[in-house]
Amino acid sequence: MKLKNKDLKKKLLKQVPIILLFMSVLNNFDFNYLGLKYFSFNFSYILIFYFSLKRSSSLGYTYIFIAGLFNDVVNGSPIGISSLMYLFLCGVAAYLRVITLRTSFFKDWIAFVGAILILNSLSFVIVNLFFNFEISFINQIVNIFFTSLLYLLFSSIFSFFKGSSSVR
Amino acid sequence: METSRDDFVIAIRSAFLKKQNQQRFSLLGLIVFSLTILILGGLNFKPINYLKLVVKEIAYRSTFFVSVPEKLIKESYQITKKHINLYNINVRNELELEDLKSKDLLNNFLVLENQRLKLIVEDYFVESDGIYAKILSDKNSPFLKSIIINKGSKHGVNIGAVVKDKEYLIGKIIEVNYTTSRVLLLSDINSKIPVLIEPQGLLSILSGSGDKEGVIQYSKAENITEDTSVVYTSGVGGLYKAGIPVGKIKKINTGSLNNKVEFFSDFSQLKFVEVLFFEIKSAK
Repeated sequence: MKLKNKDLKKKLLKQVPIILLFMSVLNNFDFNYLGLKYFSFNFSYILIFYFSLKRSSSLGYTYIFIAGLFNDVVNGSPIGISSLMYLFLCGVAAYLRVITLRTSFFKDWIAFVGAILILNSLSFVIVNLFFNFEISFINQIVNIFFTSLLYLLFSSIFSFFKGSSSVR
Repeated sequence: METSRDDFVIAIRSAFLKKQNQQRFSLLGLIVFSLTILILGGLNFKPINYLKLVVKEIAYRSTFFVSVPEKLIKESYQITKKHINLYNINVRNELELEDLKSKDLLNNFLVLENQRLKLIVEDYFVESDGIYAKILSDKNSPFLKSIIINKGSKHGVNIGAVVKDKEYLIGKIIEVNYTTSRVLLLSDINSKIPVLIEPQGLLSILSGSGDKEGVIQYSKAENITEDTSVVYTSGVGGLYKAGIPVGKIKKINTGSLNNKVEFFSDFSQLKFVEVLFFEIKSAK
């Protein structure tokens, strides 16, 4: 009985990243209600990059793809764009995982910043040019800035809970 | 040089083509699939539109439940904030109430007089009917200021229908599903409505700024000299019923005026809204 409970707990813990991902895309928890003019961040990017890099088995690509579709629908952006960006981010993380022998927190962060800069620019160009959707340039920059900064915080929290910062 | 290029190709191949444990699809396969959906969605391909409808119905309903904990936090935060400012709010409200009571009497008289005069000049008047809807999700993201309501085509909601919070305009319907709809708020950068600035009687366009306030466009700013100027819908183009209050010209700290508009309704506090249907009827 005890063993069964332990198994169940383990299985539930394994699903935590997926639950967090779906909660973040369906709920967009970005503290907008605080009314801070220049504050927003993309929690999904942080979550996807971290878990694709550190625990690739925790988040399946199919779940990430579906989460992207949900995110587009909730945000009202063209359907498929978030999935594409999320999967590109997974690609960057997977590439980094393959080429890196010794992990470094700082190098991971640099790679993350580079990746979200490119991905946000790409999404900005696609949405603006092909879908005639107006997006505030400043908001986009603010979002990139805080996402980059908060990656440090959230990855430390995830590492603390998982105790896996050095395991790949 | 050759070896490093080989390593790069191997790493890319491993990252994008190799299926991980318990993965059904490779990363590249899903990227291609997303790209296909994106392109076909842009071309209004029918099966993609059906897929969108299904995902929307699931996502909007799920959003309502998933956002319950955050809503609780948000409400507690706002209640605490209100309690802190309670005394000041009360004093201000009492003064405003006195002022409004006197204005209301005058208003009733003007409405009746207006209707009577319209009948005399055989003008038309607008008759409106509305339904109340609950907010399912208010994702005021920095990129899109919109809300999801629990009324859709099943309840007769159409694209372009006007949405009000009490007597104030908050936006219009831009997307209709079977049981849900999306309302584009006036604060969204893509929102543009024809307005009338009173008492100057200036016709203009009010655009969202992506922030809390709106911006008056295509009007000479120096014309708006009074900080008491109120912005109403003008009804030009027949998109909106004329005379719905939108906001007031914002006075900035330096004492000078700019072309920003402070909306009457607080879009972060919406719980129920009214979707308005209107038709123009002859006064006869």
